[in-house]
Parts: sequence; C-alpha cells; structure tokens
Amino acid sequence: MATRSSLATGIGRVLIAVYGILALAATGRSVVQIIEKFSYAPFSYTLSAVAAVVYIVAMIALIVPGRAWYRVACVTIVFEMTGVLVIGTLSLFDRQLFPDDTIWSYYGMGYAFAPLVLPAAGLWWLRKHHRAAVAAPAGGPSTVAAGE
Amino acid sequence: MIEWFMWVQLVVAVLAGLFAVVVGFIGWKPNDYTVGSLALIELLLLAQGVVSLVLPATGSPPEGNALEFGVYAVSVLLVPPAAILWALIDRTKWSTVVLGAGAFTVAVMVYRMYQIWFALN
Repeated sequence: MATRSSLATGIGRVLIAVYGILALAATGRSVVQIIEKFSYAPFSYTLSAVAAVVYIVAMIALIVPGRAWYRVACVTIVFEMTGVLVIGTLSLFDRQLFPDDTIWSYYGMGYAFAPLVLPAAGLWWLRKHHRAAVAAPAGGPSTVAAGE
Repeated sequence: MIEWFMWVQLVVAVLAGLFAVVVGFIGWKPNDYTVGSLALIELLLLAQGVVSLVLPATGSPPEGNALEFGVYAVSVLLVPPAAILWALIDRTKWSTVVLGAGAFTVAVMVYRMYQIWFALN
C-alpha cells in the first residue's frame, strides 16, 4: 500500500467515499433527466451531467498518487466550489434559467448541502497535504525511479 | 415497493449507520458486525427489488416515475457491496466510518424511492 496517495489516508478516505456517493447521486439524476425530458430544461440537465463527471474525476484524483493528480484534484474541487456557489445563487434569482433543479440548486439543499460542504472539506484537505503531495515524485512516494 | 418493508429497511439502515460511524470513530476496524450489517442491508434491498419487479406484473405499478425509481433501485444495490469491498481491502477504522456512510446513503435512497413509488411529491 506504499503507492497510495498521501491524500487517501485517515479521514481523507471518508472524503473519497462521500465523493463516490455524490458521483453516484449526480450520475443517477442526470441519466434520468436526460433520458426523460432533456428539452424541458437543457441547461439544468447538461449541468447535472457535468457535475456528475466532475465528482467522478475529483474522486479518482484524490485516490491516485502523484503531483499531476494532485493538480487535477485542485482544479476539479475548485470547479465544484465555484459551481455550487454560482449555480446556487443563480437558482435563487433566475427561475427562467432553471425550470428544474440540478444537484447544485439552492447550494445543494436537496442533498443535505453535501455539494457545498464537500468542496470546502476537499480544499481544506488538499491544503493540509500540499507539501507532501508536491514533494512526492510523479509516480508516488515508493517508485523512486519514476521521479524527477 | 411495500411501504412497511421500506420502514424496516430505513430503520435497519439508520441503526447500522449510527453504529458503524460511532464504533468507527472509537477506533474499531471493520468486523463481522459492521460488515454483516451492510450485508443485511443489501439482502433487504434485494428483497424489496424483487418485490418491486413483481408488483407491476401483478397489477400494482408505481404511482410515480418508474424510470426514476428504477435508476434508484439499481444504483442503491451498488452501495453496500462497494462499502464492503472497501472494508475488506482497507483494514482501518476509517473503513468502518465508510461502512456507516454507505448505510446512511442507503437510508436516504430508500426513502427517496418510497417518495417516488407513491408519488408523494
């Protein structure tokens, strides 16, 4: 287990599990919405699908070791934070744009605000492990030959 | 979906979730009790799944959206095996917490399936 990402330790594992759950929720939601009534609210439903993909990528990025994946984790989690804040705010004021809800509507209220809490927790976790992740060679701590 | 059976599932999932999260934070590694409770949840899900396949054939289709119910019914089945697999691979106390998170997820999804089946909102 020496090749495990430094992010996938301790409570970081719970974070990864919750990402998995949210990825499942967002994927399920977007599949139903797109199959059933895409033309009703194309923007909301496209967004649901994008959110689903981002959760999946973020989860993988937290599991896989290496500097590149650390960066992917940063980008996807910042994207999520932005998404939930922007879409959460828009959904409060612009009903025209959002005739139906996305996972990010009302700051993720339909999902117990997990979409809002999770990126905050993720960014805290990434920051906490910044040094270890950046110091590690690209292939993970144990594969010295793959480093620099 | 049978309503009283859903309530049984919900209670079992919530209790299993509370138990696993508490003993996980105390420091228990995954054991027969925590893994077994997730296996029990999966068995109940399978039973409710079979019921939900048989009922429409006997003239009691869901009152709500069948596609949405179906997506939930299939995806909820993935949660306990994923949590159990995790617990078997990673023998730390955090896996016990993950088992609890899986149980809570099932509780929420089962309740949502109940709302969809009976078109409650």
